[in-house]
Amino acid sequence: MTVVNLVTALNTGLRRSLERDRRVVILGEDVGRLGGVFRVTDALQKDFGENRVMDMPLAESGIVGTAFGLALRGYRPVCEIQFDGFVYPAFDQIVSQVAKIHYRTEGRVRAPITIRIPSGGGIGAVEHHSESPEAYFAHTAGLRVVYPSNPADGYHMIRQSIECDDPVVFLEPKRRYWDAAEVDLDAEPSLPLHSARVVRQGSDATVVAYGSMVATALEAADIADDEGHHLEVIDLRSLSPIDFDTVDNSVRRTGRLVVVHEAPMFLGLGAEIAAHAAQHCFYDLKAPVLRVTGFDIPYPPAKLEQFHLPDADRILDTLDRVLTP
Amino acid sequence: MIDNLDYPVQLLQPDGARVCRTEYDRLIADLGPTEYISLYRDMVISRRIDTAAVALQRQGEIGLWAPLLGQEAAQVGSARALKPDDFAFVSYREHAVAYCRGVPPEVLTHMWRGCSHSAWDPNQFNVTNPAIVVGSQGLHATGYALGAHLDGAEIATIAYFGDGATSQGDIAEALGFAASFRAGVVFFCQNNQWAISEPVSLQSRTPISHRADGYGIPSFRVDGNDVLAVLAVTRAALAHAREGSGPTFIEAITCRMGPHTTSDDPSRYRSDTDMAEWRRRDPITRMRAFLERRGILDETADAEISTAAEDVAARLRHATLETPDPPPSTLFEHVYTGPHPLIEHEREQHREYLASFDDQEAMS
Ligand SMILES: Cc1ncc(C[n+]2csc(CCOP(=O)(O)OP(=O)(O)O)c2C)c(N)n1
Repeated sequence: MTVVNLVTALNTGLRRSLERDRRVVILGEDVGRLGGVFRVTDALQKDFGENRVMDMPLAESGIVGTAFGLALRGYRPVCEIQFDGFVYPAFDQIVSQVAKIHYRTEGRVRAPITIRIPSGGGIGAVEHHSESPEAYFAHTAGLRVVYPSNPADGYHMIRQSIECDDPVVFLEPKRRYWDAAEVDLDAEPSLPLHSARVVRQGSDATVVAYGSMVATALEAADIADDEGHHLEVIDLRSLSPIDFDTVDNSVRRTGRLVVVHEAPMFLGLGAEIAAHAAQHCFYDLKAPVLRVTGFDIPYPPAKLEQFHLPDADRILDTLDRVLTP
Repeated sequence: MIDNLDYPVQLLQPDGARVCRTEYDRLIADLGPTEYISLYRDMVISRRIDTAAVALQRQGEIGLWAPLLGQEAAQVGSARALKPDDFAFVSYREHAVAYCRGVPPEVLTHMWRGCSHSAWDPNQFNVTNPAIVVGSQGLHATGYALGAHLDGAEIATIAYFGDGATSQGDIAEALGFAASFRAGVVFFCQNNQWAISEPVSLQSRTPISHRADGYGIPSFRVDGNDVLAVLAVTRAALAHAREGSGPTFIEAITCRMGPHTTSDDPSRYRSDTDMAEWRRRDPITRMRAFLERRGILDETADAEISTAAEDVAARLRHATLETPDPPPSTLFEHVYTGPHPLIEHEREQHREYLASFDDQEAMS
């Protein structure tokens, strides 16, 4: 076991993928000499050369569109989008081209592209650096969307994503980049890419979260425990597809469900999960499914993000309403 | 570095010697000692704003800042060519442009402190708030110019962007649209050599100004560290736009001498020796040398400028420290122009939620 933070875990995962398969190439802005603005690709260009780790001109549509062409030629590109808010210039390439090629060609052509996007807020950044674009991508057929919350998952899931033959939108909780944990860098992944994980067992209510909100949900669960409420916390890990079996099993036992995400509520992932629970766990539910999310506003200036982002208090406040008989 | 490129328009050499180029000299023939001093003054103050803001970031008072160090001549020279009715579209590094447009220095740190997304009313100063998504403003300037053209207004717009931005589709599309519609836009590219860690050679294999040729847009390459040359070519381009003759592209060759932003580490991608040549070309030293050669800058004027710069820095600093955090209710303001049920609901819920903490306090 080694103690690493999420940045190092991702860097190590990328390194292993580059070592294992010569068709893996990394492309993005500043990924080479600088090692990416968050240093996720640190030293990879030095060790694998400029043909494997490519600094690209400043153009996101160009990066993803070129990756698409590389994929058509048999490569397995890993694109880095510098910040969530800069993925939109590439949106057309991702949703119109990359996502649809397998379907359009009736299975003849694959686009095994991994699109890494540091996502979400909580780091006091200026505009366009804190967005949660996951629902746009999860809403698009043909894309897989995953969102690790911790170093171990970061390490394994980046490798699994690169090995996946479908395009994967790989979201990284930038506010957890520097959180460290023990990772067994020689172990095989303990879960398939699209499984959710019960990260804390409990009997009174289920809290579903993903990405940066997993740590927040666990914090809330600790406090709830002191107050005599035992929460089960599920880290979704994959947003498309969603591992509903894990969620349903938990909800059937606890009878209560709260979904937490920092993206706005309206038409967010929480709506899908709540609808699913209403349809499949209706008779086991003892309270309505509630959501704790960011507000339905543009991402606010840094001085206000503490109010916008769900914290343990807001989760507990919502739990009060779910737990009240 | 610059000397290997096509020879750009230059009116002042790095040692302050005046170069005579008739066709450009006539564009600034109206300038006398007062105007020279004033250009110098604006550059000195701009640099002081910049160093004050960097210091505020280092002290944790603002989250981030994009330094303009080294680009004072490109920004002051071009912005001083604008008339009040002209409209400037800027990115996040154009602090000197904002200053020259009359934006009070006190508000320049608002956005970077995280107090708001905008710091001033764009229509009050005819300069936009900073565009963060690289290149987007090129199209906005084109549309604005098109609108002015449809209105019969004799104004020009100017779009500021970097060398990296020229790789974006938005800038390519803006050049195409502006050319097609003969929109009165001046595309002002500050080629400061770097897009974060990426050298300009990664963005373009030819001098950036050559890109304009492909769109049928006339272009200038200008020494961006020479405030007189920048002023002269920008005046020409703006006049061309105002009279309805269409777009112009200006490549101002300069260097971003500091980090990309305060969270960047330039030692990872460029060496100090790389920068020595650029320090020799410093735009402020150059203008000062010119003024001294002509005996224009006497001690009184020099002292007045230093005092003015210190005063602006003090005001900026004070204003930044004094800026209160916006109240939480601000979250829900201005999302829509009128009431919206979802927002109203969330606003009310959040108000009640926050009030519940007060109740708890009152009870304990
Ligand atoms: C669409 C988009 N992609 C990426 C970024 C991140 N980013 C911010 S500034 C920058 C470099 C810009 O370089 P350039 O256009 O040369 O302007 P400069 O910063 O040098 O003034 C990058 C990559 C962004 N802001 N917008």
